[in-house]
Amino acid sequence: MTGILKLAYKLLVNDKTKFTALLVGITFAVFLIIQMTAMFAGTMKRASATVINLGASMWVMDPAVQTVANTIGMPDYVLDAVRSMQGVSYAVPVYSGGALVKLANGAYQSVTIVGLDDASLFGRPQLIQGKIEDVYGENAFIVVHDPEFHKLGDPHVGTEFQVNDHRGVIVGIAKVASSGLFGVPTLYTTYQRALQYLPNPRFTISYVLVEPKSPADVLRIEQQVQALGYLALTRDEFVDRIAAFYKYQTGVGTNLLIMTVMSFIVGLSISGQTFYTFVLENLDKFGALKAMGAKSRELILMILFQASFTALTGYGLGIGLCVLLIALAKLRLPDYAALITYWNLGLAFVMVVVIAAISSYFGVRKVLRIEPFDIFRG
Amino acid sequence: MEKWFGEGEARTQALRGVSVDAYFGEMLYIVGPSGSGKTTLLSVLSGILRPDSGSVSVEGEDIWNLAGDKLADFRLHKIGFVFQDYHLFPRLTTAENVAIPLILKRRNWTEAVREAAKYLDIVGLKSRAELPPVKLSGGEQQRVAIARAIAGQPDILIMDEPTASLDGETGVGIVGFVKRNVLSERRCILIVTHDDRISQFATRILKMADGVLTEAVKGGPA
Repeated sequence: MTGILKLAYKLLVNDKTKFTALLVGITFAVFLIIQMTAMFAGTMKRASATVINLGASMWVMDPAVQTVANTIGMPDYVLDAVRSMQGVSYAVPVYSGGALVKLANGAYQSVTIVGLDDASLFGRPQLIQGKIEDVYGENAFIVVHDPEFHKLGDPHVGTEFQVNDHRGVIVGIAKVASSGLFGVPTLYTTYQRALQYLPNPRFTISYVLVEPKSPADVLRIEQQVQALGYLALTRDEFVDRIAAFYKYQTGVGTNLLIMTVMSFIVGLSISGQTFYTFVLENLDKFGALKAMGAKSRELILMILFQASFTALTGYGLGIGLCVLLIALAKLRLPDYAALITYWNLGLAFVMVVVIAAISSYFGVRKVLRIEPFDIFRG
Repeated sequence: MEKWFGEGEARTQALRGVSVDAYFGEMLYIVGPSGSGKTTLLSVLSGILRPDSGSVSVEGEDIWNLAGDKLADFRLHKIGFVFQDYHLFPRLTTAENVAIPLILKRRNWTEAVREAAKYLDIVGLKSRAELPPVKLSGGEQQRVAIARAIAGQPDILIMDEPTASLDGETGVGIVGFVKRNVLSERRCILIVTHDDRISQFATRILKMADGVLTEAVKGGPA
């Protein structure tokens, strides 16, 4: 059977024009879909950066919160109530909010300030310069070394700035797992300093970070928090909630769906049409093979092989092109938010399989209807 | 044998009570004007077109009693075709074209192409093995088609208008070559033609008109 497949391969590949057109169609479609979904995945990771970076197992929040950036303050009693719930190992408050800092050169820069629980500093980032206990010092802040770091004038330990007429000093430089979505630097400090330095609404707790005693306590904690009138989510549930917000309540999801469908249509149109033309142009050859004694299943196998080979080659090229583009983009824009995941690759693969199946279906139908007698008739 | 085409008012009878015998070792011509039913007869005899009535017996076996795959196997192992338009694959080399019957017989690609070179040698085109058919002349392409037809070691070689696309001298040369090098005691060659220039090579010539074999122009009866 391998001889038949090699025959199919040569018939396909040696027709350079058609083969190139087939590959271009599939490659382009795969490239588009992976690029779009990678952008989405990267954006979603950025959107959940705070959740990922703080690393808490559970988050308690106001039920109206849709994304981690849009905080709604909770009163102090929520913290006490959560700490007293069954199944809670410990719970700490965290503040998260925006601010405007004035740099030494007089420029202003928006930042995100995260205020960690004073007692435990739970959720603290990993320092690459300085000591974590220095955050307890006067006016102390830790800056995250991410793609936005340079917007603060590439600060070092000891760099001073102003935030809301208060003096701030960099005492440490940290790295985190994920950069934020909004392209602003992130500063960590203590919870109390954050409340002190920044103008606050009546309720100041952005989130209560909870560690359950065991995984079995998660559901009980969620129910108890719900009874209190608030919402408790695990880390993954919160990440999903953020993704759902962007997918369904902004234009991101709709645009992604449209682009995915368009990519599929483009790929199917170009490759499907080209493959069908390829089969039509070789119809007399398939008829000759039939006359010479090729069985119908062998011809079907040839068509399926040709469609599959083209699809998989285009799939690989599309992935490669996308990876190359992302790598080049990141050279120019280090915080370029694109993330290729198994989900992206799987979706593109399914699309490619469907394109190959549809293309080969019409080809197979045509080939099976050939009458070898037509070869004699010319 | 009988064969009808079309329906209703357009229904025509391509074969009318045709009966023909062919023997190993003979080169049998079927001649006649266009539309006389020659190609239809050839197709019925070679297992390509099912007759509406009658049978085709090859070495005692009615081929039209064979099921789909077995009929395809019959054509693969017993019949070699030289089509009027050659139907060589332009994307393959000459040797790869000749190797096709061997590949259909499940031979390994490399072995098949290597063996194809032998048949190219028989037709005098071994030096052209690596060229695509488009780089060959009409006569050379015809010889490649012959090599492909005999590569499968068929018992019956069927040639449909073998000289149609060739000039007189080349056509005569090709058919003469076939008679000298391809015809054997264990092989029968059926040629459909209306080229009088090659009649000298025929063992028997049967004339066909309006779907009927009318007379044996040369040699014994139909």
